[in-house]
Amino acid sequence: MQQKKTAVCFDGVARHFGEVHAVDNVSFEIGDGEFFSMLGPSGSGKTTCLRLIAGFEQPDAGHIAVHGVNVDGVPPYERDVNTVFQDYALFPHMTVSENVEYGLMIRKVAPGERRRQSREMLALVKLEALGDRKPNQLSGGQRQRVALARALINRPGVLLLDEPLGALDLKLREQMQEELKSLQRQVGITFVYVTHDQNEALAMSDRLAVFNHGRIEQIGAPADIYEHPATAFVAGFVGVSNICEGGLAQRLSGNPQPFAIRPEKITMTAANEPVPDGWFSVAGRVRAVTYHGATTRYAVALDGGGELAVMRQNNSGGRPAAAAGETVRLTWPRNLNQLLGGPA
Amino acid sequence: MSAAAARGPLVHRISSALYLHPRLFLLLLLAPPLIWLGIIYLGSLFALLLQSFFYIDDFSGNIIREFSMATYGQLLTIANADVFIRTATMAAAVTIAAALIAFPIAYYMVRHASMRMKALLYLAVMLPLWSSYLVRVYAWKLILAKEGIVPWFAQQLHLTWLLDAALSIPVIGGPSLSTSYIGSFLVFLYIWLPFMILPIVAALERVPASLTEASADLGATPRETFRKVILPLAFPGVVAGSIFTFSLTLGDYIIPGIIGNSRPFIGQAVYQLQGTAGNIPLAAAFTVVPVVIMAIYLLVARRYGAFDAL
Repeated sequence: MQQKKTAVCFDGVARHFGEVHAVDNVSFEIGDGEFFSMLGPSGSGKTTCLRLIAGFEQPDAGHIAVHGVNVDGVPPYERDVNTVFQDYALFPHMTVSENVEYGLMIRKVAPGERRRQSREMLALVKLEALGDRKPNQLSGGQRQRVALARALINRPGVLLLDEPLGALDLKLREQMQEELKSLQRQVGITFVYVTHDQNEALAMSDRLAVFNHGRIEQIGAPADIYEHPATAFVAGFVGVSNICEGGLAQRLSGNPQPFAIRPEKITMTAANEPVPDGWFSVAGRVRAVTYHGATTRYAVALDGGGELAVMRQNNSGGRPAAAAGETVRLTWPRNLNQLLGGPA
Repeated sequence: MSAAAARGPLVHRISSALYLHPRLFLLLLLAPPLIWLGIIYLGSLFALLLQSFFYIDDFSGNIIREFSMATYGQLLTIANADVFIRTATMAAAVTIAAALIAFPIAYYMVRHASMRMKALLYLAVMLPLWSSYLVRVYAWKLILAKEGIVPWFAQQLHLTWLLDAALSIPVIGGPSLSTSYIGSFLVFLYIWLPFMILPIVAALERVPASLTEASADLGATPRETFRKVILPLAFPGVVAGSIFTFSLTLGDYIIPGIIGNSRPFIGQAVYQLQGTAGNIPLAAAFTVVPVVIMAIYLLVARRYGAFDAL
């Protein structure tokens, strides 16, 4: 991703609600044409950041620029950004076409041209036949597409999406993820995507920012974030991690600095198997086995205290590799340990 | 299961039977209100309509119970038309003023007020409804009378000239506020305002804040958002409120009797006709008029899409 131009720039931005620091001195940049996700648990400040870009909130400190233009004090209706709302926020008293044409109508585009563009947009989101319906006659997935068309028809410099797939069922969500991603490539608009679903963020984004307590813990490409989490929070929030601290870290790696190891990177063997050179090794007893379809998860209680989660692909028949109560040996290459920065 | 229920005490058996026959349950539940509505409520309306087609024998003064349009002929004389126009104009003025005052209050209650402030405002809106309507109207007579509170305040503020100017306006003016149409208008407005505020609050509560944001997001200024989104969606509430203020003003006979000049409103005409004059058929015909006016009003409101967003 070439980042010659910057679509959105946060410079020391803070937003407080009373005592709560919703966004706490945040600085980052989003490149033009990027699919950028803001990932975090609820209350982590990601939605407030989105609302700051849209103009529904004004920063208490710091500055925000959109396409190089400072937007301090600029109301939402004068910003070159559009939003897809979590509840879609379709106007219930208007038809689908009228909803989609709303932005053009406000800009006083001629009715004929409006109709032509909205038909084009509805075709893009595959709803060309439903233009005359009212929003309450549509399914959740269809409403989502209308909201998308209504925002995209204005050709905004930045499209903001606030957990747009949150209300859809799993199958539809996965389908919409792919469609959104290909749509973004097609229209070439910068997408800023807020989600609490780490799978979604990993699958769709060019880059993502992980939010916690109003701050950004880490920014990077999905593989970076997953493979090299910078903090215990990122390691725990993005995917599943075993986080080893203090005495456990000392015992396993010979160094008290906390580290994370993904369950799927740990090899589980019989207790008497030899350990390859340069691998960590620890013995333990399987405490619980949980079957997850594609994978099976084992909770292994380590000799001398502590517990590690291990995950194995179920690619050798349905039989678990170890039963509860069995003694096993866990090994993994030293270089897969991810040393962690600040505490969670 | 049914065997177990059958063996249980009688109450259990009855509730099981009702659970398994929801239609029977619904019928039992609805029977008392339907009987009430059918016989007492609609029955009296029907009796009213029927009576309006009888007429008074001019010689004997007896009511002739035969179908006739004579009473309606009497109703549509110039003198009576005056009463309709006076009442309908007052009702319309009260309704428009109530909508203009109620909307900002309702909007503030729904969109800006804190929970505490909202509860206080609800209380402030409802509180007058807990005290006697008559007492409040008489209180207003004292406030508006020539020696009353408003003229006294006007004097203190050296604004007596303004009050006099208002009272010297032809038709709506008069010797004092309490004996002018301005006075009756003010009291009507005060008495019916809660009936406008509450439906608008209910309508605005159903408009999610995200719609306002979406409109702004799509480039609409606050003014455009109000015109294209908030007003159309809150309009059913305004219409619901106006049905109250309009029909209550049309039918009221107490306020114009206590405050205002002596020219009669529809309610007073009905009161006099069925009481002093004993002309029940004409009183009934008078009563049909507000019903017809309301029906026309609702049809027009529907034509203009007032109920589209319901």
